Amino acid sequence: MNAPSQKVQLNRAHCRQLMHQLLRIRRFEEKCAELYTQEKIRGFLHLYIGEEAVAVGTMQALGPEDAVVATYREHGHALIRGVPAGAILAEMYGKQEGCSRGRGGSMHLFDAAARFFGGNAIVGGGLPVAAGLALADKMQGRPHVTACYFGEGAAAEGEFHETMNLAALWQLPVLFICENNLYAMGTALNLSESQTDISAKAASYNIASEAVDGMNVVDVEVAARRAAAAIRETGRPYFLECRTYRFRAHSMFDPQLYRDKDEVEQWKDRGPIARFREWTLETGELREEDLAELEELVAREIADAVSFAEAGTWEPVEDLTRDVGAERRQ
Amino acid sequence: MSEPAELSYREAVRSAIRNAMQDDPRVFLMGEDVGHYGGCYAVSKGLLDEFGPDRIRDTPLSESAFTGAGIGAAMGGMRPIVEIMTCNFSLLALDQIMNNAATLRHMSGGQVSVPLVIRMATGGGRQLGAQHSHSLEGWYAHIPGIRVLAPATVEDAGGMLAPALADPDPVLIFENALLYNDTARVDGLAKADIDHAAVRREGTDISLITYGGSLGKTLAAAELLEQVGISAEVLDLRVLRPLDEEAILGSVARTRRCVVVDEGWRSGSISAEVMARISESGFWNLDAPLARVCSEEVPIPYAKHLEDAALPNTDKIVQAVRKLLGR
Repeated sequence: MNAPSQKVQLNRAHCRQLMHQLLRIRRFEEKCAELYTQEKIRGFLHLYIGEEAVAVGTMQALGPEDAVVATYREHGHALIRGVPAGAILAEMYGKQEGCSRGRGGSMHLFDAAARFFGGNAIVGGGLPVAAGLALADKMQGRPHVTACYFGEGAAAEGEFHETMNLAALWQLPVLFICENNLYAMGTALNLSESQTDISAKAASYNIASEAVDGMNVVDVEVAARRAAAAIRETGRPYFLECRTYRFRAHSMFDPQLYRDKDEVEQWKDRGPIARFREWTLETGELREEDLAELEELVAREIADAVSFAEAGTWEPVEDLTRDVGAERRQ
Repeated sequence: MSEPAELSYREAVRSAIRNAMQDDPRVFLMGEDVGHYGGCYAVSKGLLDEFGPDRIRDTPLSESAFTGAGIGAAMGGMRPIVEIMTCNFSLLALDQIMNNAATLRHMSGGQVSVPLVIRMATGGGRQLGAQHSHSLEGWYAHIPGIRVLAPATVEDAGGMLAPALADPDPVLIFENALLYNDTARVDGLAKADIDHAAVRREGTDISLITYGGSLGKTLAAAELLEQVGISAEVLDLRVLRPLDEEAILGSVARTRRCVVVDEGWRSGSISAEVMARISESGFWNLDAPLARVCSEEVPIPYAKHLEDAALPNTDKIVQAVRKLLGR
């Protein structure tokens, strides 16, 4: 397999592809919210609306052999990584056709074939695992990158600092992607961090580090390609802080007492889809009819996903304790 | 044929690591001071020279990061052995052990396998105070998704590692630090079974069920009891999760009485679990109430006389048996 090149070709086909991916996440998440109110989806549901440019932009830099470790707000990452929308939705329904057989739910999407290793709901808990996946690649001489997503809240966890140190010390090929949406659940960055510049924290561990406008999909893609190319060349980790914003509540239980509606509206004005739409229309890369076509394509995909999830089946309760351990030990 | 060589528990573990690394290039060891220092308990002494720093990895003092890295490396096709200095320190890695290693297979619907071995020292008796002396293996035995081993003999110390590495799921091995200097004449390192308990001494009047660092004390107690006419069977659990319930119930069915000996605290301990299983499934075979000898419910103290008083010992075991039998 070939790793994606460093260069971003902003031609019509690529713009169309980026817009398609942004819309896939946005409309999928909107459908999830709707299905949640219908009680088709239960438990916690964390939507990625507003942050789409981070997953879409960064994933452009990954090849199929690279690994992904994500957080509990990972529907978008799974979608872009190629986990079928139907399998993701069926997982949220709790059906055995779900990508984790209904054992994981919204926060624990897995797809080993896509090298998508969760869905980790312990803040910071995925970072050491990502370092280990990268260590395995390094020790076995494979030229892959492990992409590790986490929020800025993780920077307060010990596992963040332990992993930064280990990855830098052992020169592990990890692309750390901090999705800084300014709130760790409901606690603002300046209420939880003595140093609010997260990329500076990574830099202090001698990790190449940069911050990027996480609301601009092209900026994110350019930075991610630069980062991934550097990792593939040097074998060392790279840290990308994507400054972004969550438009919706932390979860469906969150009344959002901790931030002003005005603040949310201001961020929405410069949302990743609105901006990219404006830019592509202005430059003529895309036309209104392209967007309509993409919307239709996405609507069809999501309708199919809903049908798939609805048609899914419940795993027999007799199978409750399967997959706690391997069926056969070698 | 010449007599087998004398081997210490420490040397047995070291040989097992060496053999595993020679047999399988995916196996590597990482942990605090396993390389240049030679291992906190000198288990890995010499292995750095033999295998180099890529496979004998000194880690920063980051239990969570290097345990998690072991999990990720296992998912990525390696067969890591993670050494955690003592089980007290393993609490800093508990998130990784519990929320990832034990959970990933199930949470992923069977897609993710974590073939990881974590070794750690456990137990008191060396005047190291409360933060280096606890026995937490019983806690770990609470967690579905992991196997918990407690080698009590030199043979098991040397023989349990290879099958643990072959297990597709995480295996925790608790090495009682007082055992490292124990020696035995062992003819090579036979692969030990990691499913079953073992009867270490046959007897007819009572079953003494124990594991790990308490096995020696319990066998010594059985000898003393023999002198007063009490025949004690000693069952070494060996595997704390999954428990070999058949062996436990079988032993109690033979002797109809049971004392459990456990260096863990009494409340919520593995001894409590053993007794519960007997109550559930072996009640009608009992001729006497169940009894146990555990550590006192106190953080293990430093002063020798207090530490001695806190831990199970041979005399306490003898007294418990005699009280139960009324002789």
